[in-house]
Amino acid sequence: MAIPGSLLPMTSSTTSPYVLELRRVSRGFGAQSVLRDISFAIEPGETLVLIGESGCGKSVTTKLLAGLLTPDSGAVYWNGQPVRDLSRQEFREQRLKFGYLFQGAALFDSLDVFENVAFGLRENRRLPESKVQEIVHERLRQVGLTSAVCKKRPSELSGGMKKRVGLARALAMSPEVMFYDEPTTGLDPVMSDVINELILRTRARQLVTSIVVTHDMHTVRRVADRVIMLYPLSRLSPGETQIVFDGPPEALPDATDPRVTEFVHGDAGRRLQEIAA
Amino acid sequence: MSTTVSHPPSTTIVHEIGRLTIDVVSSWGSLALFCLRLLRPLLRLPRGRVLWPIMHDVGVQSLPVILITGLFIGMVLAVQSYDTLRVMHFETRIGSVINVTLVKELGPVLAATMLAGRIGSAIAAEIGTMRVTEQIDALDALGADPIAYLVVPRFLACFWLIPALTVLADGIGMFGGWFISTQMLGVSSHFYWLYSDSFVTGFDVVSGIVKSLFFGAAIAVIACHRGFHCGAGAEGVGRSATEAFVYSFIAILALDFVLGIGLLNLYRVLFGGAVSLF
Repeated sequence: MAIPGSLLPMTSSTTSPYVLELRRVSRGFGAQSVLRDISFAIEPGETLVLIGESGCGKSVTTKLLAGLLTPDSGAVYWNGQPVRDLSRQEFREQRLKFGYLFQGAALFDSLDVFENVAFGLRENRRLPESKVQEIVHERLRQVGLTSAVCKKRPSELSGGMKKRVGLARALAMSPEVMFYDEPTTGLDPVMSDVINELILRTRARQLVTSIVVTHDMHTVRRVADRVIMLYPLSRLSPGETQIVFDGPPEALPDATDPRVTEFVHGDAGRRLQEIAA
Repeated sequence: MSTTVSHPPSTTIVHEIGRLTIDVVSSWGSLALFCLRLLRPLLRLPRGRVLWPIMHDVGVQSLPVILITGLFIGMVLAVQSYDTLRVMHFETRIGSVINVTLVKELGPVLAATMLAGRIGSAIAAEIGTMRVTEQIDALDALGADPIAYLVVPRFLACFWLIPALTVLADGIGMFGGWFISTQMLGVSSHFYWLYSDSFVTGFDVVSGIVKSLFFGAAIAVIACHRGFHCGAGAEGVGRSATEAFVYSFIAILALDFVLGIGLLNLYRVLFGGAVSLF
Protein backbone atom coordinates (compact mmCIF):
# COMPACT_ATOMS: atom_id res chain seq x y z
CA MET A 1 0.00 0.00 0.00
CA ALA A 2 1.64 3.17 -1.14
CA ILE A 3 1.62 6.34 0.90
CA PRO A 4 0.18 9.09 -1.32
CA GLY A 5 1.76 12.49 -1.70
CA SER A 6 5.30 13.41 -2.50
CA LEU A 7 8.50 14.02 -0.67
CA LEU A 8 10.86 16.76 -1.59
CA PRO A 9 11.12 16.58 -5.38
CA MET A 10 14.37 14.99 -6.45
CA THR A 11 14.48 17.28 -9.47
CA SER A 12 12.46 20.34 -10.21
CA SER A 13 11.55 19.51 -13.80
CA THR A 14 9.90 16.15 -13.33
CA THR A 15 6.22 15.23 -13.33
CA SER A 16 6.57 11.49 -12.69
CA PRO A 17 4.58 10.12 -9.75
CA TYR A 18 7.40 7.64 -9.10
CA VAL A 19 10.62 8.18 -7.20
CA LEU A 20 12.32 5.17 -8.76
CA GLU A 21 11.44 3.07 -11.75
CA LEU A 22 12.91 0.18 -13.73
CA ARG A 23 11.75 -0.26 -17.31
CA ARG A 24 12.53 -3.57 -19.00
CA VAL A 25 15.89 -3.79 -17.25
CA SER A 26 18.22 -6.71 -17.86
CA ARG A 27 21.57 -7.28 -16.23
CA GLY A 28 24.14 -10.06 -16.26
CA PHE A 29 27.67 -10.72 -15.11
CA GLY A 30 29.87 -12.32 -17.74
CA ALA A 31 27.92 -15.18 -19.28
CA GLN A 32 25.43 -15.33 -16.41
CA SER A 33 22.15 -13.41 -16.75
CA VAL A 34 20.71 -12.32 -13.41
CA LEU A 35 17.80 -10.04 -14.35
CA ARG A 36 15.65 -10.12 -17.47
CA ASP A 37 13.12 -7.51 -18.53
CA ILE A 38 12.31 -6.33 -15.01
CA SER A 39 9.85 -3.44 -14.75
CA PHE A 40 8.34 -1.82 -11.68
CA ALA A 41 8.02 1.60 -10.10
CA ILE A 42 8.13 2.91 -6.54
CA GLU A 43 5.97 5.71 -5.21
CA PRO A 44 7.22 8.36 -2.78
CA GLY A 45 7.08 7.26 0.84
CA GLU A 46 6.44 3.63 -0.10
CA THR A 47 8.28 0.81 1.64
CA LEU A 48 8.91 -1.86 -0.96
CA VAL A 49 10.28 -5.19 0.18
CA LEU A 50 12.07 -7.39 -2.35
CA ILE A 51 12.00 -11.09 -1.50
CA GLY A 52 13.15 -14.20 -3.26
CA GLU A 53 15.61 -17.02 -2.86
CA SER A 54 19.38 -16.46 -2.94
CA GLY A 55 20.75 -15.58 -6.34
CA CYS A 56 17.47 -14.30 -7.78
CA GLY A 57 18.86 -10.78 -8.27
CA LYS A 58 17.41 -8.81 -5.34
CA SER A 59 20.67 -7.05 -4.42
CA VAL A 60 21.46 -6.43 -8.09
CA THR A 61 18.01 -4.83 -8.47
CA THR A 62 18.64 -2.45 -5.56
CA LYS A 63 22.09 -1.57 -6.86
CA LEU A 64 20.56 -0.79 -10.26
CA LEU A 65 17.94 1.40 -8.59
CA ALA A 66 20.62 3.16 -6.54
CA GLY A 67 22.88 3.76 -9.55
CA LEU A 68 25.66 1.54 -8.21
CA LEU A 69 25.29 -0.69 -11.29
CA THR A 70 24.21 0.13 -14.82
CA PRO A 71 21.74 -2.05 -16.74
CA ASP A 72 22.82 -4.04 -19.80
CA SER A 73 19.53 -3.06 -21.42
CA GLY A 74 16.43 -1.16 -20.39
CA ALA A 75 16.45 2.01 -18.31
CA VAL A 76 16.43 3.19 -14.71
CA TYR A 77 14.43 6.34 -13.91
CA TRP A 78 14.89 8.64 -10.95
CA ASN A 79 11.83 10.80 -10.47
CA GLY A 80 10.88 10.34 -14.10
CA GLN A 81 14.31 11.12 -15.54
CA PRO A 82 16.36 8.42 -17.24
CA VAL A 83 19.56 8.02 -15.21
CA ARG A 84 21.64 7.60 -18.36
CA ASP A 85 20.62 11.14 -19.47
CA LEU A 86 21.85 12.79 -16.29
CA SER A 87 25.10 14.74 -16.38
CA ARG A 88 27.87 13.65 -14.04
CA GLN A 89 27.01 16.48 -11.64
CA GLU A 90 23.25 15.77 -11.74
CA PHE A 91 23.86 12.08 -11.15
CA ARG A 92 26.04 12.85 -8.14
CA GLU A 93 23.58 15.33 -6.66
CA GLN A 94 20.65 12.96 -7.11
CA ARG A 95 22.45 10.01 -5.61
CA LEU A 96 23.44 11.93 -2.51
CA LYS A 97 19.71 11.80 -1.70
CA PHE A 98 20.00 8.02 -1.36
CA GLY A 99 21.17 6.14 1.70
CA TYR A 100 22.37 2.56 1.47
CA LEU A 101 22.70 0.02 4.26
CA PHE A 102 24.85 -2.78 2.86
CA GLN A 103 24.45 -6.44 3.69
CA GLY A 104 27.61 -6.64 5.81
CA ALA A 105 27.33 -2.92 6.72
CA ALA A 106 30.46 -2.24 4.56
CA LEU A 107 32.04 -0.02 7.20
CA PHE A 108 35.46 1.30 6.20
CA ASP A 109 38.00 -0.83 8.08
CA SER A 110 40.61 1.91 8.13
CA LEU A 111 38.31 4.42 9.85
CA ASP A 112 36.77 4.41 13.31
CA VAL A 113 33.02 4.59 13.94
CA PHE A 114 32.94 8.38 14.14
CA GLU A 115 34.89 8.77 10.91
CA ASN A 116 32.65 6.22 9.20
CA VAL A 117 29.47 8.07 10.14
CA ALA A 118 31.04 11.45 9.32
CA PHE A 119 32.42 10.24 5.98
CA GLY A 120 29.59 11.37 3.71
CA LEU A 121 29.27 14.72 5.47
CA ARG A 122 32.97 15.46 5.20
CA GLU A 123 33.13 14.39 1.56
CA ASN A 124 30.07 16.23 0.35
CA ARG A 125 28.99 18.97 2.73
CA ARG A 126 31.11 21.93 3.70
CA LEU A 127 30.08 21.88 7.34
CA PRO A 128 32.10 23.09 10.33
CA GLU A 129 33.55 20.22 12.34
CA SER A 130 31.30 21.09 15.33
CA LYS A 131 28.23 20.58 13.13
CA VAL A 132 29.60 17.28 11.81
CA GLN A 133 30.11 16.10 15.38
CA GLU A 134 26.60 17.15 16.33
CA ILE A 135 25.06 15.22 13.39
CA VAL A 136 27.19 12.11 14.00
CA HIS A 137 26.27 11.93 17.69
CA GLU A 138 22.60 12.54 16.88
CA ARG A 139 22.53 9.76 14.28
CA LEU A 140 24.32 7.33 16.57
CA ARG A 141 21.79 8.15 19.28
CA GLN A 142 18.93 7.52 16.83
CA VAL A 143 20.18 3.99 16.18
CA GLY A 144 20.63 3.35 19.89
CA LEU A 145 24.39 3.75 20.17
CA THR A 146 26.24 6.00 22.58
CA SER A 147 29.20 8.20 21.83
CA ALA A 148 31.39 5.63 23.60
CA VAL A 149 31.57 3.63 20.34
CA CYS A 150 32.99 6.58 18.37
CA LYS A 151 36.62 5.55 18.72
CA LYS A 152 36.03 1.85 18.08
CA ARG A 153 37.15 0.24 14.82
CA PRO A 154 34.60 -1.78 12.82
CA SER A 155 36.48 -4.98 13.73
CA GLU A 156 35.64 -4.34 17.40
CA LEU A 157 31.88 -4.22 16.81
CA SER A 158 29.30 -7.00 16.89
CA GLY A 159 27.17 -7.74 13.80
CA GLY A 160 24.20 -5.80 15.15
CA MET A 161 26.34 -2.80 16.08
CA LYS A 162 27.91 -2.79 12.62
CA LYS A 163 24.46 -2.74 11.04
CA ARG A 164 23.41 0.14 13.31
CA VAL A 165 26.58 2.12 12.56
CA GLY A 166 25.98 1.45 8.84
CA LEU A 167 22.44 2.76 9.26
CA ALA A 168 23.70 5.85 11.15
CA ARG A 169 26.20 6.47 8.34
CA ALA A 170 23.46 6.24 5.71
CA LEU A 171 21.11 8.47 7.73
CA ALA A 172 23.79 11.11 8.36
CA MET A 173 23.18 12.48 4.88
CA SER A 174 19.39 12.79 5.57
CA PRO A 175 18.43 10.62 2.59
CA GLU A 176 15.08 10.78 0.81
CA VAL A 177 15.39 7.16 -0.29
CA MET A 178 16.84 4.36 1.85
CA PHE A 179 18.04 1.02 0.54
CA TYR A 180 18.39 -1.81 3.04
CA ASP A 181 20.20 -4.89 1.71
CA GLU A 182 19.35 -7.83 3.96
CA PRO A 183 19.32 -5.68 7.11
CA THR A 184 18.55 -8.55 9.51
CA THR A 185 20.61 -11.35 7.96
CA GLY A 186 22.99 -12.93 10.46
CA LEU A 187 21.43 -11.20 13.47
CA ASP A 188 19.72 -12.78 16.45
CA PRO A 189 15.90 -12.39 16.65
CA VAL A 190 16.06 -9.57 19.17
CA MET A 191 18.59 -7.57 17.17
CA SER A 192 16.59 -8.30 14.00
CA ASP A 193 13.57 -6.73 15.66
CA VAL A 194 15.67 -3.72 16.71
CA ILE A 195 16.70 -3.20 13.08
CA ASN A 196 13.09 -3.60 11.88
CA GLU A 197 12.00 -1.03 14.43
CA LEU A 198 14.76 1.35 13.26
CA ILE A 199 13.53 0.97 9.68
CA LEU A 200 10.02 1.88 10.78
CA ARG A 201 11.21 4.81 12.92
CA THR A 202 13.37 6.12 10.09
CA ARG A 203 10.37 6.08 7.79
CA ALA A 204 8.16 7.75 10.38
CA ARG A 205 10.71 10.42 11.31
CA GLN A 206 12.04 11.34 7.90
CA LEU A 207 9.25 9.96 5.65
CA VAL A 208 11.78 8.27 3.40
CA THR A 209 10.99 5.94 0.55
CA SER A 210 12.44 2.56 1.48
CA ILE A 211 13.55 -0.46 -0.51
CA VAL A 212 14.29 -3.47 1.66
CA VAL A 213 15.88 -6.70 0.44
CA THR A 214 15.24 -9.60 2.77
CA HIS A 215 14.59 -13.32 3.19
CA ASP A 216 13.06 -12.72 6.59
CA MET A 217 9.26 -13.01 6.49
CA HIS A 218 9.02 -11.36 9.91
CA THR A 219 10.69 -8.26 8.44
CA VAL A 220 8.30 -8.43 5.48
CA ARG A 221 5.26 -8.45 7.74
CA ARG A 222 6.57 -5.64 9.95
CA VAL A 223 7.84 -3.07 7.46
CA ALA A 224 6.36 -3.70 4.00
CA ASP A 225 3.77 -1.59 2.22
CA ARG A 226 4.30 -3.65 -0.89
CA VAL A 227 6.16 -6.87 -1.66
CA ILE A 228 7.80 -7.94 -4.91
CA MET A 229 9.07 -11.49 -5.20
CA LEU A 230 11.75 -12.30 -7.78
CA TYR A 231 12.47 -15.78 -9.04
CA PRO A 232 15.93 -16.95 -10.22
CA LEU A 233 16.32 -16.61 -13.96
CA SER A 234 18.11 -19.96 -14.16
CA ARG A 235 14.89 -21.71 -13.09
CA LEU A 236 12.63 -19.95 -15.58
CA SER A 237 11.90 -20.74 -19.21
CA PRO A 238 12.58 -17.97 -21.79
CA GLY A 239 9.10 -16.42 -21.85
CA GLU A 240 8.38 -16.37 -18.12
CA THR A 241 8.41 -13.20 -16.03
CA GLN A 242 10.88 -12.97 -13.19
CA ILE A 243 8.47 -11.09 -10.90
CA VAL A 244 6.20 -13.80 -9.49
CA PHE A 245 4.44 -11.64 -6.88
CA ASP A 246 3.74 -7.91 -6.66
CA GLY A 247 1.24 -6.78 -4.04
CA PRO A 248 0.63 -5.90 -0.41
CA PRO A 249 2.04 -8.22 2.27
CA GLU A 250 -1.50 -9.12 3.36
CA ALA A 251 -2.01 -10.80 -0.02
CA LEU A 252 0.97 -13.14 0.40
CA PRO A 253 -0.95 -15.88 2.29
CA ASP A 254 -3.59 -15.92 -0.46
CA ALA A 255 -1.09 -16.24 -3.29
CA THR A 256 -1.85 -19.20 -5.56
CA ASP A 257 1.55 -19.44 -7.26
CA PRO A 258 3.33 -22.39 -5.59
CA ARG A 259 6.68 -20.61 -5.93
CA VAL A 260 5.36 -17.83 -3.69
CA THR A 261 3.68 -20.06 -1.12
CA GLU A 262 6.74 -22.31 -0.91
CA PHE A 263 8.95 -19.30 -0.17
CA VAL A 264 6.54 -17.72 2.31
CA HIS A 265 6.13 -20.98 4.26
CA GLY A 266 9.72 -22.13 3.84
CA ASP A 267 8.54 -25.32 2.16
CA ALA A 268 11.42 -27.10 0.42
CA GLY A 269 9.44 -30.21 -0.59
CA ARG A 270 9.43 -29.69 -4.34
CA ARG A 271 13.03 -28.49 -4.38
CA LEU A 272 14.12 -31.58 -2.44
CA GLN A 273 12.34 -33.79 -4.98
CA GLU A 274 14.27 -32.06 -7.77
CA ILE A 275 17.55 -32.59 -5.91
CA ALA A 276 16.72 -36.26 -5.37
CA ALA A 277 15.83 -36.67 -9.05
CA MET B 1 6.94 -22.86 -14.17
CA SER B 2 9.49 -24.94 -15.90
CA THR B 3 13.03 -25.83 -15.12
CA THR B 4 15.63 -25.40 -17.79
CA VAL B 5 18.41 -27.97 -17.91
CA SER B 6 21.63 -26.89 -19.56
CA HIS B 7 24.25 -29.32 -20.75
CA PRO B 8 27.87 -28.23 -20.51
CA PRO B 9 29.05 -27.35 -24.02
CA SER B 10 31.86 -29.43 -25.46
CA THR B 11 35.10 -27.47 -25.78
CA THR B 12 37.79 -27.89 -28.39
CA ILE B 13 41.22 -26.33 -28.81
CA VAL B 14 39.59 -23.66 -31.00
CA HIS B 15 37.20 -22.74 -28.17
CA GLU B 16 40.13 -22.54 -25.76
CA ILE B 17 42.18 -20.30 -28.08
CA GLY B 18 39.14 -18.10 -28.63
CA ARG B 19 38.43 -17.87 -24.91
CA LEU B 20 42.06 -17.06 -24.16
CA THR B 21 42.11 -14.37 -26.86
CA ILE B 22 38.95 -12.79 -25.48
CA ASP B 23 40.40 -12.90 -21.95
CA VAL B 24 43.67 -11.25 -23.01
CA VAL B 25 41.99 -8.54 -25.11
CA SER B 26 39.39 -7.78 -22.44
CA SER B 27 42.08 -7.62 -19.72
CA TRP B 28 44.14 -5.13 -21.71
CA GLY B 29 41.01 -3.17 -22.56
CA SER B 30 39.97 -3.10 -18.94
CA LEU B 31 43.44 -1.89 -17.87
CA ALA B 32 43.42 0.82 -20.55
CA LEU B 33 39.97 2.04 -19.46
CA PHE B 34 41.12 2.00 -15.84
CA CYS B 35 44.09 4.24 -16.76
CA LEU B 36 41.75 6.61 -18.62
CA ARG B 37 39.44 6.79 -15.58
CA LEU B 38 42.48 7.69 -13.47
CA LEU B 39 43.52 10.70 -15.59
CA ARG B 40 40.78 13.13 -14.53
CA PRO B 41 40.93 12.49 -10.75
CA LEU B 42 44.74 12.78 -10.93
CA LEU B 43 44.35 16.50 -11.59
CA ARG B 44 43.17 17.02 -7.99
CA LEU B 45 45.57 16.35 -5.14
CA PRO B 46 44.00 14.05 -2.49
CA ARG B 47 43.38 15.38 1.00
CA GLY B 48 46.29 15.16 3.40
CA ARG B 49 44.47 12.88 5.86
CA VAL B 50 44.00 10.38 3.02
CA LEU B 51 47.39 10.79 1.33
CA TRP B 52 49.78 10.90 4.31
CA PRO B 53 48.98 7.49 5.82
CA ILE B 54 49.43 5.89 2.39
CA MET B 55 52.71 7.76 1.82
CA HIS B 56 53.84 6.50 5.24
CA ASP B 57 52.88 2.93 4.31
CA VAL B 58 54.57 3.03 0.93
CA GLY B 59 57.62 5.06 1.93
CA VAL B 60 58.56 4.68 5.58
CA GLN B 61 57.33 1.10 5.99
CA SER B 62 59.31 0.01 2.92
CA LEU B 63 62.62 1.40 4.17
CA PRO B 64 63.88 -1.78 5.89
CA VAL B 65 63.24 -4.03 2.91
CA ILE B 66 64.72 -1.51 0.48
CA LEU B 67 67.85 -0.89 2.54
CA ILE B 68 68.48 -4.60 3.04
CA THR B 69 67.92 -5.28 -0.68
CA GLY B 70 70.23 -2.45 -1.76
CA LEU B 71 72.97 -3.44 0.69
CA PHE B 72 73.05 -7.05 -0.45
CA ILE B 73 72.92 -6.17 -4.16
CA GLY B 74 76.04 -4.02 -3.71
CA MET B 75 77.85 -6.66 -1.67
CA VAL B 76 76.98 -9.51 -4.04
CA LEU B 77 78.07 -7.47 -7.05
CA ALA B 78 81.44 -6.86 -5.38
CA VAL B 79 81.95 -10.54 -4.58
CA GLN B 80 80.84 -11.76 -8.03
CA SER B 81 82.76 -9.26 -10.17
CA TYR B 82 86.03 -9.21 -8.23
CA ASP B 83 87.45 -12.55 -9.52
CA THR B 84 86.73 -11.77 -13.17
CA LEU B 85 88.27 -8.31 -12.91
CA ARG B 86 91.33 -9.65 -11.06
CA VAL B 87 92.07 -12.10 -13.88
CA MET B 88 92.28 -9.10 -16.21
CA HIS B 89 94.17 -7.04 -13.58
CA PHE B 90 91.26 -4.60 -13.53
CA GLU B 91 90.26 -5.12 -9.90
CA THR B 92 90.86 -1.46 -9.08
CA ARG B 93 87.98 -0.65 -11.45
CA ILE B 94 85.47 -2.69 -9.45
CA GLY B 95 83.77 0.50 -8.27
CA SER B 96 82.74 1.39 -11.82
CA VAL B 97 81.24 -2.06 -12.46
CA ILE B 98 79.30 -2.12 -9.20
CA ASN B 99 78.01 1.40 -9.36
CA VAL B 100 77.09 1.55 -13.05
CA THR B 101 75.22 -1.75 -12.71
CA LEU B 102 73.54 -0.56 -9.53
CA VAL B 103 72.48 2.84 -10.73
CA LYS B 104 71.34 1.89 -14.22
CA GLU B 105 69.92 -1.61 -13.83
CA LEU B 106 69.91 -3.66 -10.70
CA GLY B 107 69.04 -0.88 -8.27
CA PRO B 108 65.83 0.24 -10.02
CA VAL B 109 64.77 -3.27 -11.13
CA LEU B 110 65.36 -5.11 -7.87
CA ALA B 111 64.03 -2.27 -5.71
CA ALA B 112 60.89 -2.16 -7.84
CA THR B 113 60.55 -5.95 -7.68
CA MET B 114 60.78 -5.92 -3.89
CA LEU B 115 58.27 -3.08 -3.72
CA ALA B 116 55.90 -4.84 -6.12
CA GLY B 117 55.92 -7.72 -3.64
CA ARG B 118 55.52 -5.56 -0.56
CA ILE B 119 53.35 -2.68 -1.76
CA GLY B 120 51.68 -4.03 -4.90
CA SER B 121 50.33 -7.16 -3.25
CA ALA B 122 49.20 -5.20 -0.18
CA ILE B 123 47.36 -2.63 -2.33
CA ALA B 124 45.63 -5.34 -4.37
CA ALA B 125 44.64 -7.27 -1.24
CA GLU B 126 43.36 -4.15 0.55
CA ILE B 127 41.32 -2.85 -2.39
CA GLY B 128 40.20 -6.39 -3.23
CA THR B 129 38.91 -6.86 0.30
CA MET B 130 37.09 -3.55 0.02
CA ARG B 131 35.53 -4.75 -3.23
CA VAL B 132 34.44 -8.08 -1.73
CA THR B 133 32.98 -6.47 1.40
CA GLU B 134 31.15 -3.80 -0.66
CA GLN B 135 33.23 -0.97 0.83
CA ILE B 136 33.90 0.34 -2.69
CA ASP B 137 30.15 0.40 -3.37
CA ALA B 138 29.76 2.21 -0.04
CA LEU B 139 32.27 4.87 -1.13
CA ASP B 140 30.29 5.29 -4.33
CA ALA B 141 27.01 5.49 -2.42
CA LEU B 142 28.45 8.14 -0.08
CA GLY B 143 29.43 10.38 -2.98
CA ALA B 144 33.18 9.66 -2.98
CA ASP B 145 34.72 8.65 -6.29
CA PRO B 146 36.49 5.34 -5.50
CA ILE B 147 39.15 6.07 -8.11
CA ALA B 148 39.91 9.47 -6.58
CA TYR B 149 39.73 8.17 -3.01
CA LEU B 150 41.56 4.86 -3.36
CA VAL B 151 43.65 4.87 -6.53
CA VAL B 152 44.97 8.43 -6.84
CA PRO B 153 46.72 8.54 -3.42
CA ARG B 154 48.25 5.11 -3.98
CA PHE B 155 49.36 6.05 -7.48
CA LEU B 156 50.97 9.30 -6.28
CA ALA B 157 52.64 7.58 -3.33
CA CYS B 158 54.17 4.92 -5.61
CA PHE B 159 55.06 7.41 -8.35
CA TRP B 160 56.82 9.78 -5.95
CA LEU B 161 58.29 7.42 -3.40
CA ILE B 162 59.46 4.40 -5.41
CA PRO B 163 62.09 6.56 -7.20
CA ALA B 164 63.12 7.99 -3.81
CA LEU B 165 63.40 4.51 -2.35
CA THR B 166 65.39 3.42 -5.40
CA VAL B 167 67.89 6.24 -4.84
CA LEU B 168 68.26 5.04 -1.24
CA ALA B 169 68.75 1.46 -2.42
CA ASP B 170 71.42 2.67 -4.86
CA GLY B 171 73.15 4.61 -2.10
CA ILE B 172 73.24 1.76 0.41
CA GLY B 173 74.25 -0.61 -2.42
CA MET B 174 77.24 1.59 -3.22
CA PHE B 175 78.20 1.51 0.41
CA GLY B 176 77.84 -2.30 0.50
CA GLY B 177 79.97 -2.67 -2.63
CA TRP B 178 82.58 -0.27 -1.25
CA PHE B 179 82.68 -2.07 2.11
CA ILE B 180 83.25 -5.54 0.61
CA SER B 181 85.69 -4.27 -2.05
CA THR B 182 87.87 -2.22 0.26
CA GLN B 183 87.55 -3.96 3.62
CA MET B 184 87.47 -7.60 2.48
CA LEU B 185 88.88 -7.75 -1.05
CA GLY B 186 91.68 -5.25 -0.55
CA VAL B 187 90.79 -2.75 -3.28
CA SER B 188 91.97 0.78 -2.64
CA SER B 189 89.20 3.12 -1.56
CA HIS B 190 90.79 5.88 -3.66
CA PHE B 191 90.60 3.84 -6.89
CA TYR B 192 87.14 2.55 -5.99
CA TRP B 193 85.71 6.09 -5.96
CA LEU B 194 87.99 7.38 -8.74
CA TYR B 195 86.71 4.84 -11.27
CA SER B 196 83.16 5.09 -9.95
CA ASP B 197 83.27 8.83 -10.54
CA SER B 198 84.68 8.53 -14.03
CA PHE B 199 82.25 5.81 -15.23
CA VAL B 200 78.97 6.72 -13.55
CA THR B 201 77.53 9.71 -15.38
CA GLY B 202 74.68 12.00 -14.47
CA PHE B 203 72.75 10.45 -17.35
CA ASP B 204 73.09 7.00 -15.73
CA VAL B 205 71.63 8.33 -12.49
CA VAL B 206 68.77 10.06 -14.33
CA SER B 207 68.14 6.87 -16.37
CA GLY B 208 67.71 4.86 -13.18
CA ILE B 209 65.32 7.43 -11.71
CA VAL B 210 63.29 7.67 -14.93
CA LYS B 211 62.96 3.89 -14.98
CA SER B 212 61.82 3.81 -11.37
CA LEU B 213 59.18 6.47 -12.08
CA PHE B 214 57.70 4.17 -14.71
CA PHE B 215 58.04 1.14 -12.43
CA GLY B 216 56.25 2.99 -9.62
CA ALA B 217 53.39 4.02 -11.91
CA ALA B 218 53.08 0.48 -13.31
CA ILE B 219 53.03 -1.15 -9.85
CA ALA B 220 50.33 1.24 -8.61
CA VAL B 221 48.09 0.93 -11.67
CA ILE B 222 48.37 -2.85 -11.90
CA ALA B 223 47.83 -3.40 -8.17
CA CYS B 224 44.82 -1.07 -7.98
CA HIS B 225 43.33 -2.56 -11.15
CA ARG B 226 43.67 -6.10 -9.80
CA GLY B 227 42.08 -5.00 -6.52
CA PHE B 228 39.16 -3.34 -8.27
CA HIS B 229 38.55 -6.46 -10.35
CA CYS B 230 38.95 -8.88 -7.49
CA GLY B 231 36.96 -12.13 -7.59
CA ALA B 232 34.62 -13.21 -4.83
CA GLY B 233 35.75 -14.35 -1.40
CA ALA B 234 39.13 -14.96 0.21
CA GLU B 235 40.27 -16.90 -2.85
CA GLY B 236 39.56 -13.91 -5.09
CA VAL B 237 41.52 -11.58 -2.80
CA GLY B 238 44.45 -13.99 -2.67
CA ARG B 239 44.47 -14.34 -6.44
CA SER B 240 44.38 -10.56 -6.89
CA ALA B 241 47.38 -10.11 -4.60
CA THR B 242 49.34 -12.78 -6.47
CA GLU B 243 48.38 -11.40 -9.87
CA ALA B 244 49.37 -7.89 -8.76
CA PHE B 245 52.90 -9.09 -8.03
CA VAL B 246 53.27 -11.34 -11.08
CA TYR B 247 51.91 -8.78 -13.54
CA SER B 248 53.93 -5.98 -11.94
CA PHE B 249 57.08 -8.07 -12.18
CA ILE B 250 56.47 -8.79 -15.86
CA ALA B 251 55.72 -5.09 -16.46
CA ILE B 252 58.94 -4.09 -14.66
CA LEU B 253 61.05 -6.39 -16.85
CA ALA B 254 59.29 -5.34 -20.06
CA LEU B 255 59.54 -1.64 -19.18
CA ASP B 256 63.20 -2.07 -18.24
CA PHE B 257 63.92 -3.53 -21.67
CA VAL B 258 61.98 -0.88 -23.60
CA LEU B 259 63.22 2.04 -21.49
CA GLY B 260 66.79 0.67 -21.60
CA ILE B 261 66.77 0.82 -25.40
CA GLY B 262 65.00 4.19 -25.47
CA LEU B 263 67.37 5.79 -22.97
CA LEU B 264 70.44 4.36 -24.71
CA ASN B 265 69.32 5.82 -28.02
CA LEU B 266 68.54 9.12 -26.30
CA TYR B 267 72.06 9.13 -24.84
CA ARG B 268 73.56 8.56 -28.29
CA VAL B 269 71.47 11.36 -29.75
CA LEU B 270 72.42 13.76 -26.96
CA PHE B 271 76.06 12.85 -26.40
CA GLY B 272 77.02 11.01 -29.60
CA GLY B 273 77.92 7.37 -30.15
CA ALA B 274 78.64 4.92 -32.90
CA VAL B 275 75.87 2.39 -32.48
CA SER B 276 72.13 2.90 -32.23
CA LEU B 277 69.94 0.07 -31.01
CA PHE B 278 66.77 -0.54 -33.04
